[in-house]
Amino acid sequence: MVELAIFIVVGAVTLGGAITVVWAKNAVYAAMGLMATLFALAVFYVVHLAHFVAAVQVIVYAGAVMTLFLFVIMFVGVDRAEVLDERLPIQRPLALVLVLGVIMMGGFLIVTDQFSWIIDSGGPRSVVNGTVEEIGSNLIATQVGENAFEPTRWLLPFEATSALLIVASIGAVSLAFYRPRRRSEEEVVE
Amino acid sequence: MIVTPGWYMTLAAVLFLIGTVGMLLRNNALIMFMSVELMLNAVNLTFVAAGRAHGDINGQMAVLFVLVVAAAEVAVGLAIIVSIFRSRQTASVDDLAGMSG
Repeated sequence: MVELAIFIVVGAVTLGGAITVVWAKNAVYAAMGLMATLFALAVFYVVHLAHFVAAVQVIVYAGAVMTLFLFVIMFVGVDRAEVLDERLPIQRPLALVLVLGVIMMGGFLIVTDQFSWIIDSGGPRSVVNGTVEEIGSNLIATQVGENAFEPTRWLLPFEATSALLIVASIGAVSLAFYRPRRRSEEEVVE
Repeated sequence: MIVTPGWYMTLAAVLFLIGTVGMLLRNNALIMFMSVELMLNAVNLTFVAAGRAHGDINGQMAVLFVLVVAAAEVAVGLAIIVSIFRSRQTASVDDLAGMSG
């Protein structure tokens, strides 16, 4: 019962924020809507006992990523009017067709009860509690003895993400510092 | 009334659809980036819900990796947007037709 109330309220916040992202003329409003959606999803993660993921969601997404977004929005300029006419004439009708098709497919799945594979997942199973200890022992190494640890299969991807982050931050810094030598030539192309 | 994982799946599907529509209809590069974030988060919700339904921690593991990759993507993407804005004074993707033949 409590979960139903949480689902309705937080789900409304999630969808409202998402629609704000797409609908808002002002980019700052869109960023605020995205932030509302991210916080609401963090609440859902807590409901699913994914405590560590919820904390990371708030810190990384609602903190770092949204700060980056707002910084770039302020840099690009919020009062600049966005031209909303579409240059590809077929794109708008295609988007409408896509949306209607997906809605019809979802309705078909609900009507024919195709969600049953996920609704009854074979009776009650062991509840997964996503604490820091549980996540860490699955992400890096599992303790097998007194002082013996066995690396898990997520260890190599975990190290690969560290390389990815280094490369991404170096790339971002070098992109931001890059200045074209002769600007006059580029303006001729325009 | 029990909230089954299917409800969360449906919510995530709607969220993903909204992100797709934003990707298709808007032509501000920043809003399109936010729509991509919406789609990634919809998939994350699906992972967590499925992981809970099956009693498996690996759903949350996948969410962590998606988070890391999304953070890297945002850093590089926003740097590209800033770089384009400095040379072209625009954030609209329709004005970036310099490579069309």
